[in-house]
Amino acid sequence: MDVSVPENVMVTKLDSLASWCRKNSLWPMPFATACCGIELMATGASKHDVARFGAEVFRFSPRQCDLMIVAGRVVMKMLPVLQRIWLQMPEPKWCISMGACASTGGVFDTYSVVQGIDRFIPVDMYVPGCPPRPEQLIQAIIDLQAKIQREGTLMGKEFLTEARQQPKRALLDIVSPQGSPRPEPLPIVPNVGV
Amino acid sequence: MDATALKQALQQKFGELAWQYSESPRGQRRLVIPADQLHKYLEFLRHDCGFDALLDITCVDYLHYRGAKDRFGLVYLMGTSTSGERLVVRCFLNEPNLKIASVVPLWEGANWLEREVFDMFGIQFEGHPDLRRVLLPEEFAGFPLRKDYPLRGRGERHNFERITRNQS
Repeated sequence: MDVSVPENVMVTKLDSLASWCRKNSLWPMPFATACCGIELMATGASKHDVARFGAEVFRFSPRQCDLMIVAGRVVMKMLPVLQRIWLQMPEPKWCISMGACASTGGVFDTYSVVQGIDRFIPVDMYVPGCPPRPEQLIQAIIDLQAKIQREGTLMGKEFLTEARQQPKRALLDIVSPQGSPRPEPLPIVPNVGV
Repeated sequence: MDATALKQALQQKFGELAWQYSESPRGQRRLVIPADQLHKYLEFLRHDCGFDALLDITCVDYLHYRGAKDRFGLVYLMGTSTSGERLVVRCFLNEPNLKIASVVPLWEGANWLEREVFDMFGIQFEGHPDLRRVLLPEEFAGFPLRKDYPLRGRGERHNFERITRNQS
């Protein structure tokens, strides 16, 4: 049986549609504590213009944001603030760890500097550099968009911890090189807590 | 008050027993005073010699320092607002007696400076109106600018709850 639809009708999955909407309107929360923050500002300004990727609406209220960009080193006095802001952001939300300090502590291997924010909050993208060029941050946003499109779901199933705890493929290649048997991935549990 | 006048004034007031005066080739003036007499010297400098501006209070830990006899060197940097002269006043402290009289009654601006030295070195300023930590979190234990404090800390930077995707 032939079914004809008009030319301007497109068929897709609801998950895909939701991800498409979300990825093109990321609202960043600028958690800028150091020189990476200057590059973050440059990324938002006219020369590099992150508006081209739909992520120009920097908001200083976490309740209006869905992308946290941690730009700069985070000291132990600041970390509870960071966690609180992260918890205040509504779902679905993502986090970019921008620069060497936010990702690993960088050169600040001292008693007061947190050695990578991913020890204490979930991180989706890491941007290397000290500080990274705006182009690198834009690339991270593009990669994050691709990730949202790839694994995003309408109800946020991808955020379930069990699913996320599956070892990443790149990491698996390091842990067990090509050829050796890979551990079975954990079963993805059905959606809960919508 | 130039260097000779200052030395004369000090000699008249205190005699020539305790204090040591020296001058660097570049004209930096330094006065070393025993810790137990520090306060009356500072009082004299403040009220009678015109050093009405306390520029900084800081501390040096001489642990493992070559040839050092004392553990902590407390440094007061002061100046005059009329003639722009500078003076460095130092005294030395040793454990377990890390107490010194607060100079907040002489210079109001010493309040946070003394709190910072307390925060980082654990020097107790007696008579300070509000001797709390100023930079570090209040629950922090230890004094991180002491040389026997490990550079990477004692795990303070890892002592937090981990927030996972499920919780947030």
